Amino acid sequence: MSKMIYLDNAATTKTAPEVVEAMLPYFTEYYGNPSSLYGFASHNKDAISKARRQIADTIGAKDKEIYFTAGGSASDNWALKATAELLGETKGKHIITSRIEHHAIMHTCDYLAKKGFEITYIDVDENGVIKMDELKAAIRPDTILISVMFANNEIGTIQPIKQIGALAHENGILFHTDAVQAYCHVPINVDEYNIDMMSASGHKFYGSKGIGFLYIRTGVKIRSFVHGGAQERKRRAGTENVPCIIGMAKAAEIAHAHMAEWNEKEIAMRDHMIDRVLAEIPYSRLNGGRTNRLPNNVNFSFQFVEGESMLIMLDMKGICASSGSACASGSLDPSHVLLGIGLPHEIAHGSVRLTLSDETTMDDIDYTVDALKEIVAQLRSMSPLYEDFVKKQKK
Amino acid sequence: MYSEKVMDHFQNPRNVGEIENASGVGTVGNAKCGDIMRMYLDIDDNGVIQDCKFKTFGCGAAVATSSMATELVKGKTIQEALEVTNKAVMEALDGLPPIKVHCSLLAEEAIHAALWDYAEKNGIKIEGLSKPKSDISEEEDDEEY
Repeated sequence: MSKMIYLDNAATTKTAPEVVEAMLPYFTEYYGNPSSLYGFASHNKDAISKARRQIADTIGAKDKEIYFTAGGSASDNWALKATAELLGETKGKHIITSRIEHHAIMHTCDYLAKKGFEITYIDVDENGVIKMDELKAAIRPDTILISVMFANNEIGTIQPIKQIGALAHENGILFHTDAVQAYCHVPINVDEYNIDMMSASGHKFYGSKGIGFLYIRTGVKIRSFVHGGAQERKRRAGTENVPCIIGMAKAAEIAHAHMAEWNEKEIAMRDHMIDRVLAEIPYSRLNGGRTNRLPNNVNFSFQFVEGESMLIMLDMKGICASSGSACASGSLDPSHVLLGIGLPHEIAHGSVRLTLSDETTMDDIDYTVDALKEIVAQLRSMSPLYEDFVKKQKK
Repeated sequence: MYSEKVMDHFQNPRNVGEIENASGVGTVGNAKCGDIMRMYLDIDDNGVIQDCKFKTFGCGAAVATSSMATELVKGKTIQEALEVTNKAVMEALDGLPPIKVHCSLLAEEAIHAALWDYAEKNGIKIEGLSKPKSDISEEEDDEEY
């Protein structure tokens, strides 16, 4: 394979060289435990404090409201389970979420449902935007939490977070958002958006894997999820992952310094890709709205072909992508997100997600569209569904 | 994830296409599950499968098992073709990941469905062949895509 075109940045990103550079001294030079007393280790304590402040600044939070975790799933689990624990016995056992959340939210909700909590899943419209009237109607006196993702990981749809947060607060309900795909890709301010808790993950914005954070608004008294030492203001035990924390802060700093520039570049490439695919590949559709989506996300369905086959063929051409087909997900059902926006199963099986980075070029996009054209045509030529469709057209 | 043989049959599928006025055609699977196989058989007067073609909507394993199944039944008699089981197809491909085993079942069913169609067209009964369950051609004919 001569060249690789990596278009799966929603799955993970390449750790930026500047990030790795910032991390490296914390492996072999400043390896001390931040909890230790001697000066050598206290350097690390200061470095973590600085990193915490840097991250807090990017979302308009206070330093002490940022809690480092092992990543997005760890943050989501903490927010949901600890809220359930905090309010389940006093206020109620009702949680509201959306139909298209990440599995870290969905399966945590399934778990809580088994523990006696009642979960209401709010439907989304054809573009994946949550139905606000349904959300409003679902609120009850015993509702303890609304958790809605900031932006969807598959189709890139950005939710009306400000309105959801306002609605939650008008009703005295805590509001959590899984911002794993959105943080460092679009501007977020926790006060402006009425966010009480927010999950983020370092490796989605050129930081390293294994690190993330949960923002917890002052006054939200959810308890520790991991018991042990006094780290993270006694709310998350375990020796701090110093190199990854430093790296994530560096990545957040870079992303926020370049956000406008990256957004502009990615949107131009994204829209070019959408325009070309819809114009040049018949029976294709864009999943998710045209404009209200993450700058780097594209998700198409191609009728009469199956996603995993497309992924293998894209891989043979050096293109890394992902799919919402059942085969690609390892289950019999296609993606719950694609079904959630109302796609029939067979169309959901034929989906491909392509997510760009700041390193993607217009040439990469054109090469990928050309490859998609060829692959879709080839797979259609051997698809019984396409054969039936063509025969029906002739009648 | 896939063996070299699977990848080979996926990348260079054998016998893709249709047979006009085929002796038997069988379509199995379900678009809902993401796999549909259609098998075309050309059977001569001596009951030997002279030609076999397929079309498949599905994942890499579905395409590869269809391709291998056509290779295995070509030149065989009807009775021999009935012995091409999903296990035989899988073995010929050097195995499939556990989650993909159902794809090989589909290949076996597609052969059976095509043979059933042949038997019905000719008003004969094939020893050891029962009506395939998962033939979708009737109920899903009118579905809009």
